[in-house]
Amino acid sequence: MNAADLTVTDLAVSRGGIPVLEGVSFTLSPGRALVLRGPNGVGKTTLLRTLAGLQPPMAGDISMPADAIAYSGHADGLKATLSVTENLGFWAAIYGTGGFDPVLEAMNLEALCDRLAGSLSAGQKRRLGLARLLVSGRPIWMLDEPTVSLDAASVALFAGAVRTHLAGGGAALMATHIDLGIAEAEVLDLAPFKARPSTVGGGGRGREFDEAFA
Amino acid sequence: MIALLLRDLRLAIRAGGGFGLGLAFFLIVTVLVPFGVGPEGDTLARIAPGILWVGALLACLLSLDRIFALDFEDGSLDLLATAPIPLEAVVTMKAAAHWLTTGLPLVVAAPVFGVLLNLQGEGFFWLTVSLALGTPALSVIGTFGAALTVGLKRGGLLLSLLVLPLYVPTLIFGAETVRRGTEGMETGAPLMLLAGITAASVALLPFASAAAIRVNLR
Repeated sequence: MNAADLTVTDLAVSRGGIPVLEGVSFTLSPGRALVLRGPNGVGKTTLLRTLAGLQPPMAGDISMPADAIAYSGHADGLKATLSVTENLGFWAAIYGTGGFDPVLEAMNLEALCDRLAGSLSAGQKRRLGLARLLVSGRPIWMLDEPTVSLDAASVALFAGAVRTHLAGGGAALMATHIDLGIAEAEVLDLAPFKARPSTVGGGGRGREFDEAFA
Repeated sequence: MIALLLRDLRLAIRAGGGFGLGLAFFLIVTVLVPFGVGPEGDTLARIAPGILWVGALLACLLSLDRIFALDFEDGSLDLLATAPIPLEAVVTMKAAAHWLTTGLPLVVAAPVFGVLLNLQGEGFFWLTVSLALGTPALSVIGTFGAALTVGLKRGGLLLSLLVLPLYVPTLIFGAETVRRGTEGMETGAPLMLLAGITAASVALLPFASAAAIRVNLR
């Protein structure tokens, strides 16, 4: 284990006060990718949001380098009335990274750069959303269903971008149902970590409720 | 940080951004009042400071729910929360953008609208000064209210109910400054208190707003 790793030890996460996952442990080293699998509602998004720092964990430890994570959720965070260049330029300025021309090229967005984001198709928007990860310059990507609404060519483009990122010493944590064909990727099935309803706070909550009406 | 301010200003002037909405609302309020209370110059001159301040306050309120709601819906707020700039800076810039698109136009236009309410002599000067000092507080307090209600569907009404009581001190001292100015009395005390409210809100509320957003993003 070294300082650049993302290490998760015995992590428990909750959604709306109800525990969804517990005892999750893994290590993600630079150059590796980890694919999160599991049925709908198992807690993939909740786990990613917890790791990204958007919500506190219920229990367990997360250790990672500071300012390492670029998070990409279900929504792309695009402004419909700004052009592709303006959208991407904003994030480049926020992350303090300079030119984003290579990124436009990498995600095949050059021809669209003067179009308003609102007039893009769903797949094009998704590509622009993923381009934001490339301008962030952050080492650990956290991707929640990154390939939704992408066509086969764009999925290949995206897989290429992830592979380049891994080759450059980055890491990626993805929740996805499809096979991206990334050889370095390991798969973590979240189903065995599903929280039992009687543990952590679930049962206690029920008891408090009963007491209130006793 | 500046990038965020520029983006918000750009969004405000693009289609559907709502720039000028507050100003138009303010104009309508000042036009409606003489219809309601009658055209007597003396009556209008007496109520003008209060009406102009209430109008400015309501105009500010109009665009508050857009501050975070749109960013929350399209996921930008999640991404900003994980970005390298602190959330306190994000809310400060959001408040600044709201003031530049709503408060500043009100400050500039208020003396013109004062004519419609027969505002007297010195009142024009003091109206501009008090609005310039007071409207930043309206934006910052409003941003706090918007941060509290960010995750709620159609939280606009709740937002108004939360924010309007917090606007009371600003309204009292702002309108008092203009009334005293119009009557040629000393304006120092209410103006200082108004400036104090603004300074305290700008210094403290961004931390409260950022904390509220962190809770609401969970």
